[in-house]
Amino acid sequence: MENRSQPLSSGLRESATFNRHVIHEIQRAAQTGIYDIRGWGAKRSLPHFDDLVFLGASMSRYPLEGYREKCETGVILGNRFASKPLHLDIPVTIAGMSFGSLSGSAKEALGRGASEVGTSTTTGDGGMTDEERAHSKMLVYQYLPSRYGMNPHDLRRADAIEIVLGQGAKPGGGGMLLGQKISDRVAGMRTLPAGIDQRSACRHPDWTGPDDLEIKIQELREITDWEKPIYIKVGASRTFYDVTLAVKSGADVVVLDGMQGGTGATQDVFIEHVGIPTLPALRQAVEALSELGMHRKVQLIVSGGIRNGADVAKALAMGADAVSIGTAALIALGCNSPQYDAEYQKLGSAAGFYDDYQDGKDPAGITTQDPELAARLDPVEGGHRLANYLRVLTMEAQTIARACGKSHVHNLEPEDLAALTIESAAMAGVPIAGTDWIPGKRGGF
Amino acid sequence: MSTFDLSKISVRELNQHLHQLSEVNDIDILEPRGAHAVACGLTAPLNVSIRGPVGYYCAGMNERATVTVHGNAGTGVAENMMSGEVRVLGNASQSAGATAHGGLLVIQGDASARCGISLKGASIVVGGSVGHMSAFMAQAGTLVICGDAGDALGDSIYEARIYLRGQVASLGADCIEKEMRPEHLAELTQLLTTAGIHADPTIFRRYGSGRSLYHFHSDQASAY
Ligand SMILES: Cc1cc2nc3c(=O)[nH]c(=O)nc-3n(C[C@H](O)[C@H](O)[C@H](O)COP(=O)(O)O)c2cc1C
Repeated sequence: MENRSQPLSSGLRESATFNRHVIHEIQRAAQTGIYDIRGWGAKRSLPHFDDLVFLGASMSRYPLEGYREKCETGVILGNRFASKPLHLDIPVTIAGMSFGSLSGSAKEALGRGASEVGTSTTTGDGGMTDEERAHSKMLVYQYLPSRYGMNPHDLRRADAIEIVLGQGAKPGGGGMLLGQKISDRVAGMRTLPAGIDQRSACRHPDWTGPDDLEIKIQELREITDWEKPIYIKVGASRTFYDVTLAVKSGADVVVLDGMQGGTGATQDVFIEHVGIPTLPALRQAVEALSELGMHRKVQLIVSGGIRNGADVAKALAMGADAVSIGTAALIALGCNSPQYDAEYQKLGSAAGFYDDYQDGKDPAGITTQDPELAARLDPVEGGHRLANYLRVLTMEAQTIARACGKSHVHNLEPEDLAALTIESAAMAGVPIAGTDWIPGKRGGF
Repeated sequence: MSTFDLSKISVRELNQHLHQLSEVNDIDILEPRGAHAVACGLTAPLNVSIRGPVGYYCAGMNERATVTVHGNAGTGVAENMMSGEVRVLGNASQSAGATAHGGLLVIQGDASARCGISLKGASIVVGGSVGHMSAFMAQAGTLVICGDAGDALGDSIYEARIYLRGQVASLGADCIEKEMRPEHLAELTQLLTTAGIHADPTIFRRYGSGRSLYHFHSDQASAY
């Protein structure tokens, strides 16, 4: 590794095991006596969608004309049991991020941006605000272990209900919001004293296991007269079984979040070491749905490191019905903008590196409850930027789908994919480019 | 008075009907036979009597209605109640009154584990005893226990109050006994009266948060 202050010519050798980041973390731990808590998702390199490529059409497949022939992108979510399923215009949704971890202006901007392009946004661990309801054409209401702010009125004015079992950044962990972000309004919505470090529960208070969950879902459907689609969100770990049980419990939609998925505040050790990447989890989820004969009947939304239209197209080709974005949506709003580099530096970070979402000092006004900082984000402009970005994601996915000859992005299939590495081939279940070899399949090695 | 017989109609039909009512009404529900989600999501000031045992989540998210269960109740009775009153004449299973924001839940018999878990403002009065982990992470509201409490009472409790007449098997992390001041005695007396449970308020003890876990400190690592 190139050492910025010590060129390689000096002969100094950095340890691969104890590199500078590791040394710094040991020193920090020794000094403070507390583990590192941060936002963002896993930062280490993992097998991901970049390790897959598409097999565009040529002799044996016909492509569609890039700018003329229609390539549809609409998605219906929740038509298994709900009388009012969601009709999205694009296969990209905005993931659940709490008011508390995000400012009111950021939540409003997410709603505006999503609505502009005909997709949904999602509440988070902290309840529903009037602003986000008003600015979101389709709003998914999260039902979390903490049940902060949970009430039947918001349940009825939501467009769908998402029961959260876990997140990719922390499967098995509860939420966390440090005192500096608990303003009076946030505290009031959560029925907690202002200014305390607050950890939300990791287990639901009134059910344990899939048999109980089935009854819980029945209750939520009864309260809302069977209108709302019910999603179940799981962090990626034992995904095949989790998805099987989610379907058995009666979910309309499964939301699967891989370990690259972002978080508002979690221990670094948790983010980097618990859970499996999005790629193998997605394959397992599709296998589970297919085995039950429920693929495309119970819809699958995938998140965790979706950045561009190629990621969207690859996730759909592997069998997802839609994807969901968190980190990328915040970046589109202005998170990590070079415009604030000097301020990031003052906080000991830099534009492109800032992940201290837990701290509440975000110069871009997104992951903060400080009214002055939050006022820096204009929700109308932020919403437009997000809408632009969502349009680009969609157009990129359509470009790829047309090149593969598909008139709907959902017609993309695993057969359109090839893998560049053995790991990604094994995890995604597609052959290594130029071969028909999928490790672990057809012969067992 | 309207009567519904759950051996003849489904829970769906029953709830749909109850959700359409907006005015004061007396409702009698027969043959519940342990059905789940009976009379949940009510919003009108109904007076509902359920003649027999109910399954999970009876009167869940109740608003304004008065619901009486003439029998035992399964898991999560009156979970997330917002207002109104729910009364169980028998015993209640786990997580009774979980996350309830408002209103009054009275359990005349015993309640099982996790009674009042994550309580957010409602009052719960239990005539008998409660199981382990009751009032776990309870944030606001009041849990009155006229009998004994199981292990880890009030573990990680926030600002909720617990009044206990009998013995506690063990207290959970950061739950401590607190002084019973006149305002607490008045609150307890009032609650017992409203609940219609005869118990001498002066022999209760009060428990609540020691507030030592409100901020992360590494020297408290053993408590986390
Ligand atoms: C600031 C922030 C707050 C979040 N809050 C929640 C939450 O309240 N509930 C939840 O289920 N997931 C939460 N998440 C996770 C997202 O819903 C989503 O799973 C994740 O961000 C997707 O991965 P990506 O960031 O790589 O797109 C949060 C993520 C971020 C970045």
